[in-house]
Amino acid sequence: MKLKSLIKGAVLAALSLSSLLTAPAALAQAKEQFFPLLVYRTGPYAPNGVPWANGKQDYIKMINARDGGINGVKISFEECETGYATDRGVECYERLKGKGASMIDPQATGITFALTEKAPVDKIPLVTLGYGLSASQDGGVFKWNFPLMGSYWTAADILIQHIGKKEGGLDKLKGKKIALVYHDSPFGKEPMPLLEERSKTHGFELLKIPVTAPGVEQKSAWLQVRQQRPDYVLLWGWGVMNSTALKEAQATGYPRDKMYGVWWAGAEPDVKDVGEGAKGYNALALNTSGQTPKVIQDIIKHVHDKGQGTGPKDEVGSVLYTRGLIIQMLGIEAVRRAQERFGKGKVMTGEQVRWGLENLALDQKKLDSLGLAGVMRPLSTSCVDHMGSVTARVHTWDGAKWNFSSDFISADEQIIKPMVKAAADKYASDKKLTRRTPQDCQS
Amino acid sequence: MFYRENGQFKTSYKADEQIFPIRQDRIAIALLLAIAFIAVPLLAPEYLFRAILIPFVILSLAAIGLNILVGYCGQISLGTGAFMAVGAYAAYNFNVRIEGMPLVLSLLLGGACATLVGVLFGIPSLRIKGLYLAVATLAAQFFVDWSFLRIKWFTNDSSSGSVTVSGLQVLGIPIESPVQKYLFCLTLVTVFALMAKNLVRGAIGREWMAMRDMDVAAAVIGIRPVYAKLTAFAVSSFIVGVAGGLWGFVHLGSWEPAAFSIDRSFQLLFMVIIGGLGSIMGSFFGAAFIVILPIFLNQLPAWLNIPMSTATASHLESMIFGALIVFFLIVEPHGLARLWSIAKEKLRLWPFPH
Repeated sequence: MKLKSLIKGAVLAALSLSSLLTAPAALAQAKEQFFPLLVYRTGPYAPNGVPWANGKQDYIKMINARDGGINGVKISFEECETGYATDRGVECYERLKGKGASMIDPQATGITFALTEKAPVDKIPLVTLGYGLSASQDGGVFKWNFPLMGSYWTAADILIQHIGKKEGGLDKLKGKKIALVYHDSPFGKEPMPLLEERSKTHGFELLKIPVTAPGVEQKSAWLQVRQQRPDYVLLWGWGVMNSTALKEAQATGYPRDKMYGVWWAGAEPDVKDVGEGAKGYNALALNTSGQTPKVIQDIIKHVHDKGQGTGPKDEVGSVLYTRGLIIQMLGIEAVRRAQERFGKGKVMTGEQVRWGLENLALDQKKLDSLGLAGVMRPLSTSCVDHMGSVTARVHTWDGAKWNFSSDFISADEQIIKPMVKAAADKYASDKKLTRRTPQDCQS
Repeated sequence: MFYRENGQFKTSYKADEQIFPIRQDRIAIALLLAIAFIAVPLLAPEYLFRAILIPFVILSLAAIGLNILVGYCGQISLGTGAFMAVGAYAAYNFNVRIEGMPLVLSLLLGGACATLVGVLFGIPSLRIKGLYLAVATLAAQFFVDWSFLRIKWFTNDSSSGSVTVSGLQVLGIPIESPVQKYLFCLTLVTVFALMAKNLVRGAIGREWMAMRDMDVAAAVIGIRPVYAKLTAFAVSSFIVGVAGGLWGFVHLGSWEPAAFSIDRSFQLLFMVIIGGLGSIMGSFFGAAFIVILPIFLNQLPAWLNIPMSTATASHLESMIFGALIVFFLIVEPHGLARLWSIAKEKLRLWPFPH
């Protein structure tokens, strides 16, 4: 009965371990603000999903350790692995929503689409910072969606403006060829309406080159790039697709400095393996990276130095880590804002957090006090505008690190606003929804 | 002792031809249906409905459809995800483009479109067999994936290729709450499962099985291969198409072609193989195994209060799940349905086995 004793031993060991260590995912108690964390730490998107998830978790731990929670309300959390798959994401959402979810960051466009139907019923706000449904910027129709800091339409718009500037004016884009190499999913297709609009206005030719998910096989896409010789390539990739694209560009001999990635294609895991080969590659940046900001120092001091860190210490402050941190910070600040109205030191419901998200006002002073000076731009949301900020910068990989290579560029509201309104109205009429009234905005 | 048909005499052909000739089976099935239709909606929490029961019921239906093709007619298909996608997108188009289209009718019409596509891709089965056919049906998968990604008309010109439906109702009753969704799916699945069971017991089912066991011999005794194979493809794709429609409309509410990717085809094929080829009951077992077990394994560490990182739990889930598949296939290559029938045979002799 060797096996039996082995099992016995394993069970005993596990039991003693569980009593020794406090469970990291402590059960949500009545007096705790619960944040469900939908993450992916396995699968083809894991290299990018892991730092994102670590940033979210570390920020919560830091707030608990440094401030003792939000005005005294401790924050609890639980992770659930989605593997970037929509059906598992929905399962995770259903699993965690019952514990009093404050907000959800699905970390995937596909899951966001599925949850957009469910969140209003369950009254849980969806925060999709820099991704998700572009039309959901319109808070008049999408009451529960918050694409804070940017959508794929603003991203595409900023990139075209930047390229225009490089060429010496948007009118110089006439006759140029711009290729969109995209992840063949809603994520990759979202920027198309805007790019089509811009290509009509400025007269550049838009080539759409799909890459089948997850994007490890791109030979045919880059063959098309070689045949068509576009002047610029916009890379709309995520996970392994980005590093593969850069390697293929290197193999094809396409100049990397003519390549521009979305902010999901501009982090360390995307370029590190390619190293020198990715030199000159540009991508959008919503935030800075590095360990100098005060908030990162606080995380190192209060979390990592005490052995509570979620990931390796040297990855703290990477591009996606910082983005995860910002997402979590916005969620927590929304709770703080909601507490100002609904009662300090109380646990906020999803509905109240939604109000907080809609009334966020993070000016420079506030950002400085949060230790985020220079990390991100000020942001303020309203009932009609669920985005809060439409600005980003371009950064360039120099072979070892990301350096900023442009000023802040704001997406052109003249172009985006009517498009958002039209798309939101179409959504509302498809769903037979009516726009929110001004009274509804107050509640 | 209890499970034995002693004393149950059949006095008419009709009695002899029932789906469940043994009284105990009839009682058990009636009980099971009563539990599924009455007890479960009263007792189960919302999470169970939305995350486990609804996907389980819908994928069981798809597995029944695939089982008719693979298990009964012996035609291996890797295009199940594609037929589901055709069902879902066709139903979506009927629903969106025709004002006031009833939900059930659009689902059935979606199934009809899947039938057409299924028969079309079933034509090569007349010439090629076995694994070669599997590769040919793979073409269906890629073609359908491609067309829903590229042809904008199918997705009603949605910019991202993702479509949504809402405001579902049947005969004025809204299908919104998890219980309503569950009951709607369960009703459809029950009806289709009974119809499938009757089909496979009938003349056409025997033709399919003859085709599966030896097509030359079947042709010699007068079964037309064209008819037998194509009807299997038609019936199978119809059921799979309806399941696809349910998956999109009822479970996801908003979906993209990735919801019906090649992974879905493999998942369904595994369900049928693990559940039991050529068994309607097995389709349910297989669906339960593939849908519920991974979610259960994933949550086990949290329930036992074992501290474990999300990544480790997820890796362990895949490892244990894989090991269990291998284990079950070694212990019983004919699937869980065979274990079930062995259990029934044992029960008949109990408590006095020879």
